[in-house]
Amino acid sequence: MIESAPPISLRHITRRFGPVVANDDVSLELAPGEIHGLVGENGAGKSTLMRVLYGLLQPDSGTIEVAGRAVRIHSPAAAMRLGLGMVHQHFMLVDSLTVAENVTLGREPLGALGSYSPAAAEREVAALAARHGLPVDPGARIETLSVGAQQRVEILKALYHGARVLILDEPTAVLTPQEVDDLFRVLRELQAQGTTIVLITHKLAEVTALAQRVTVMRAGRVVGGGAIAEHPVERMAELMVGHAIPPLHARAHHEECVPLLRVRLLDVLDDRGLQAVKRASFEVHSGEIVGLAGVEGNGQHELVECLAGLRRAQHGDILIADRDCTALTARGRAAAGLAHIPSDRLRRGLVPEMTLAENLVLGRQREPDAGHGPLLPRRALEARAAGVLAEYDVRPPEPGRQARQLSGGNQQKLIAARELSRGAAVVLAAHPTRGVDLGAIAFLHQRLLRERDAGRAVLLVSSELSEILALSDRIFVMYEGRLVHETRPAETDERTLGLHMTGRRGAVAP
Amino acid sequence: MNVDLRRRLLLGAAPLLAVALSLAVGAIFILAIGQDPLAIYALMLRQSLGTGYGLGQTLFKATPLIFTGLAVALGFRAGLFNIGVEGQLYLGGLAAALTGVALAGLPAVFLLPLALLAAAAAGAAWGAIPGVLKARFGAHEVINTIMLNFIAFALASFIGRFVFEPATVRTATVGAGAEIARLDVFLPALHGSPVNLSLLLALLVAAGTNLLLFGTRLGYELRAVGLNATAAEYGGVSLGRTQVVAMALSGALAGLGGVNFVLGYKHYFELGFSAGAGFLGIAVALLGRNHPVGVVVAALFFGALSYGGLVINQQVPKELVEVLQALVILLAISAQVLMERFARRMR
Ligand SMILES: Nc1ncnc2c1ncn2[C@@H]1O[C@H](COP(=O)(O)OP(=O)(O)OP(=O)(O)O)[C@@H](O)[C@H]1O
Ligand SMILES: [Mg+2]
Repeated sequence: MIESAPPISLRHITRRFGPVVANDDVSLELAPGEIHGLVGENGAGKSTLMRVLYGLLQPDSGTIEVAGRAVRIHSPAAAMRLGLGMVHQHFMLVDSLTVAENVTLGREPLGALGSYSPAAAEREVAALAARHGLPVDPGARIETLSVGAQQRVEILKALYHGARVLILDEPTAVLTPQEVDDLFRVLRELQAQGTTIVLITHKLAEVTALAQRVTVMRAGRVVGGGAIAEHPVERMAELMVGHAIPPLHARAHHEECVPLLRVRLLDVLDDRGLQAVKRASFEVHSGEIVGLAGVEGNGQHELVECLAGLRRAQHGDILIADRDCTALTARGRAAAGLAHIPSDRLRRGLVPEMTLAENLVLGRQREPDAGHGPLLPRRALEARAAGVLAEYDVRPPEPGRQARQLSGGNQQKLIAARELSRGAAVVLAAHPTRGVDLGAIAFLHQRLLRERDAGRAVLLVSSELSEILALSDRIFVMYEGRLVHETRPAETDERTLGLHMTGRRGAVAP
Repeated sequence: MNVDLRRRLLLGAAPLLAVALSLAVGAIFILAIGQDPLAIYALMLRQSLGTGYGLGQTLFKATPLIFTGLAVALGFRAGLFNIGVEGQLYLGGLAAALTGVALAGLPAVFLLPLALLAAAAAGAAWGAIPGVLKARFGAHEVINTIMLNFIAFALASFIGRFVFEPATVRTATVGAGAEIARLDVFLPALHGSPVNLSLLLALLVAAGTNLLLFGTRLGYELRAVGLNATAAEYGGVSLGRTQVVAMALSGALAGLGGVNFVLGYKHYFELGFSAGAGFLGIAVALLGRNHPVGVVVAALFFGALSYGGLVINQQVPKELVEVLQALVILLAISAQVLMERFARRMR
């Protein structure tokens, strides 16, 4: 356990995907026991570099040294043997297995008869979890866990397999502020035990808070980096995008007009059949952004899915532009004027094996202007896609490329491009900027504001309170399935919202 | 060469590798029974592709495989494994024959389309049943399509009790208007071989399937359901409806496969005529990577293999051909996995 992490150096790594040079002569040193921030715009090559280090990708050229010895890392298994562990941007757990089974997979503890012993596995995992301050229930199935808990399982898995160098690819993108705090506590603890940590993130403040050194990437190359003291947030941002990012301008407040989305006394169940949304009633007017704040898992997800027609309402009704849509399917609601940026981009928002052009028509494949009669010609789709991809700066803007080949942030931009370019009266935006870089966040925020200014009704769900506060005209707080608080950005702050979100202020709404 | 292209080539080479490997392993078997593999293969090649008659036979055998391969491939694209192709083809053939007999007096312009329609409709109906069971009750289509095969065989025998010619296991001969002309009428070189215009129909249907899958709204939804059902649902696609439609279309393709024998060759339905063409369709789709073009090529290959198997019957037991077919299937799967692993390495 005390054995310290090996120093690691990546030298002149180059990795191409067709014409795209994802890593262009990249060199990176990881000192034992440091926390190293890795930042850069979407598509800069951060995930690619770490996947090379973890043996998921082979570099076209360049070398890797671990503890001073040149090594070839053919597979994640080889990486594990070298003491490397990785927590991916998109988790890689087996949903139907338990925590202990997932953690021990590949190195299961054996019982008396040489067979897999669930009890032994659970005991070992419990001990490991306790040692590192990672609270999880070893016997729980993955599918029943929150995102934060799944991430702890991923970390445990890496540690169980002996990781002394831990790579975390955008670990905080999907976490609530509370979970982020918990994660940082764990990471500091791991560092104290000598673990080296690579932290990829778009939230530069996290790098400042946690890391000792930082590396900044842009367009596949390292463009700067060094001691964190010499790299304040503004400096990192400038290196990343090549220029300073203008702050979001305070917006002129709009007169509320007609209600475009009306929800009355809505009850919705979650996947386990428990009541996730309890008697939710609210309206979103044209020319208004309504923010929905809440700790993840308090019913926001189920509420949005129900509004989008992907989950049944047990009770209550939903009106879009004065039309009762409660009984309509997802397609019916889209036709009635609903756009939806879903929170889970790989499960809901994209068909990763389809092309960018095909993904841009998802949800609109039946609309008359998408094709001619029953036809949906590939060429026409691609021609139309080119403009949208350029406008939303999806990189690379090649309509014929598969969506799975995009970097995480660019996948998110692709979905936002599709939903915001359709001119729907009501926009449901669940975590619209999750995993996108600073420049793209600013751009998407402008876009949401523009939707509002065009007289649309936007429901914004986000775990970023700063985002909610910056964009919303009105804010609801959701707690345990109920809308417990309504306020305006000028009348509140993150702390007050936080108290309502954790149920420490009495219920206000009915 | 860039990595993308290399990967694509590798994946494209998988079926070829499978074929080459299976021939190599087959050679060991031939050696083991004391024959010269090269001579046997040369004979197979010469007889199945080298003569007009042999070519015609190969094409005749390939024709139903194109239909059944397409049927399985279309199902796969929608995420459904249709093992019921055999039964769908069988009933398609029966329906075509019954129509051709019942309306024997009609002229070809009416009768032939009607008979084709009957074949497609019967297959579609038989395919739709497991589709509905899946969509309504979540019952797995693999189980139900297998079961429906047995029911189809039994159903045909049962109907046969009322419609078969006395003391035979076949229907009456269809009206002349329902007959599909043989190709040797136009191409004397194919003289004597039973290949008929069904082949042309098969190629047209393959082109149509290609257009359906990759150029229509319905095809888009089918593929979306097959690739990521939750995202398709998000995109407003009704999963159940799409599954039923996909199974019905798959069944219709299979049903049409029955006309090659029934309307193009014997001009009647007889018990057992399908002879595994439906099951072989699974292998054809697999080797053809579920792409209509690949399916046509794979069907030709299996067609040559099965006719070639007949001609070497003297020298080697015909089981050898079955072994070869099985090897191709096994190796096609493993070569695919191997190549994918290779390609992943290169990612
Ligand atoms: N499997 C792949 N096939 C083709 N191109 C790829 C593949 N993986 C990554 N790329 C390309 O390589 C570039 C770098 O991608 P990478 O995922 O490393 O970016 P990133 O810095 O992690 O971005 P993000 O912050 O959005 O996650 C992108 O242009 C991406 O499109
Ligand atoms: Mg990434």
